[in-house]
Amino acid sequence: MVIPGPHQQDRKPLLTARELSVHYEERSALRDITLDIYPGRTVSLLGPNGAGKSTLLKVFAGMIPPSHGSVELAGTPLSGAHESVTYVPQRTGADWTFPISVLEATLLGLSRSRPRWRPFSRRDRDQAIQALQEVKMDHLSAAQIGALSGGQQQRVFLARALLACGRVLLLDEPFTGVDIPTQEMLVELFERLSNEGTAVVYATHDLQQAASTSDEVILLNGQIVARGSPAEVMSEKILRTTFGGQVIVVHASNTSAPVPDEALI
Amino acid sequence: MTAWLTDPWQHTFMQNAFIAITLVGIICGAMGVFVTLRGLAFLGDALAHAIFPGVVIAFILGGNFLVGAIIAAIIVSLGIGAISQSGRINNDTAVGVLFVGAFSLGIALMSTQSGYVRDLNAFLFGSILGVTRSDLTLTVAVGMIVLAVLLLFRRELTMISFDRTFSKSNGLNLWLYDQLFLVLLAMAIVISLQTVGNILVLAMLVTPAATARLLTNDLRKMVVLSCLTGSLAGVAGLYLSYHQGVPSGAAVVLVSTTIFAIVFLFEPRTGAISNRVLRRLHHPHPEKDDFPASRPAA
Ligand SMILES: Nc1ncnc2c1ncn2[C@@H]1O[C@H](COP(=O)(O)OP(=O)(O)OP(=O)(O)O)[C@@H](O)[C@H]1O
Ligand SMILES: [Mg+2]
Repeated sequence: MVIPGPHQQDRKPLLTARELSVHYEERSALRDITLDIYPGRTVSLLGPNGAGKSTLLKVFAGMIPPSHGSVELAGTPLSGAHESVTYVPQRTGADWTFPISVLEATLLGLSRSRPRWRPFSRRDRDQAIQALQEVKMDHLSAAQIGALSGGQQQRVFLARALLACGRVLLLDEPFTGVDIPTQEMLVELFERLSNEGTAVVYATHDLQQAASTSDEVILLNGQIVARGSPAEVMSEKILRTTFGGQVIVVHASNTSAPVPDEALI
Repeated sequence: MTAWLTDPWQHTFMQNAFIAITLVGIICGAMGVFVTLRGLAFLGDALAHAIFPGVVIAFILGGNFLVGAIIAAIIVSLGIGAISQSGRINNDTAVGVLFVGAFSLGIALMSTQSGYVRDLNAFLFGSILGVTRSDLTLTVAVGMIVLAVLLLFRRELTMISFDRTFSKSNGLNLWLYDQLFLVLLAMAIVISLQTVGNILVLAMLVTPAATARLLTNDLRKMVVLSCLTGSLAGVAGLYLSYHQGVPSGAAVVLVSTTIFAIVFLFEPRTGAISNRVLRRLHHPHPEKDDFPASRPAA
């Protein structure tokens, strides 16, 4: 088996947006988005508040229909949620008082792919435990979901997404509100998924993180401002036109890309 | 004592009523878990009132009132779904609008009939005398359908109750499952009408589930406990009704509420009184503790 490398541009795109626009009521949130996302690549979405990062992820997840244009998954038009596309939202609408354990909540990630007349099998449970291990939450698998801290809840929902995970994983601000070990865990996880051919698309406000943890950066502000490798996109001029304010570019020694000071947005 | 227990079973109508109330306790107990977890008590109450015109029309036409109620319930629940679908009007408001509208229609229709008062009383408060063999057959059939659907779609119903964003991104059609839930709820209410009555059916949905929630943190156990307390309260209530001549609905609900109160006060870990006693045992002088409840475990 050939494991696709992270930079194989010649492969067929997994997810394609064509002239995509989204309006909420009268207001336009996204205009004329055309882009390809390739398997095995990690793509970060950057942009100020209200830039449309969450909106773009929701369209990919099939949560909201585009007003114009289309989304294709491996060449076939996407309408609504698809089992190959997993989405981890910025804010979940979960009911934290619900009587459900961490393990049970994680298992829900499998519910669509398991026959409805049978309970979850031993193997399903093992798989869920494994996903919890990956996000370092297996020691709390018996705890109530409501008894966890915010960052821990986020990790459990990540484990749930990993169980359901198909070929595309969409994450809305996964690095926000979690501690450093969890951020490191996320980086490792993205790496593993990339190597397995999964396309990872995530929104973030952390320029440094985006520079170090993605193959491709998409700068959004209602439309695509810039796209390319972190080194190409993260120039002072481009960042300034996107974010408006002062951007100080510092050159970190361990990366080839100019890495902007993280505390700016 | 034995006579007190066995006497009621000599009558066919009581045998029917016992079977019916056990089933009602189970169905409403299970549905009630989702009703309480989703905070839909108002919807349950409203749905119970909204099926009134169906019952009256069935009475006027001389048909089976369960059939009339089921048809009305389905129409109303689809109506609630349709109105809240518009986006501008929230669910609770849609429920409110339809519920009073339908109930008023029922009252208007009823006022054109004479001699309906006795039946109305039975409809509102439940009557153990009323359960005929054919009613029981229909109750069992409807109840079995509700249980089967509930079992088959347990994961979906859990998902839409627990995390709607996730359900949607997982490809669940929220509207469809909400609608399914409404129809199941309507059917559960309808089969409770004869024994528990229209006014008090809410208690069958809410009280056993609330009791079960106090006892466990596990959804599956909660469903089982809710069904158990519901049917236990039902059977005990029927005895009370038979021997004391209390309307069956009132008797069943009183027993159910008593069970809730006992659990609320004495449940070992969370009970209001037992908690105090335990704390007193561990901290003989709680007044010296600033915040005993928030103190981390040693
Ligand atoms: N449900 C909604 N109804 C109306 N307008 C919306 C809705 N959701 C988002 N918008 C608008 O769409 C635009 C893009 O919002 P979006 O949530 O995609 O931004 P974002 O880039 O994710 O921002 P943030 O960094 O704050 O998360 C904003 O102007 C917002 O006001
Ligand atoms: Mg966002």
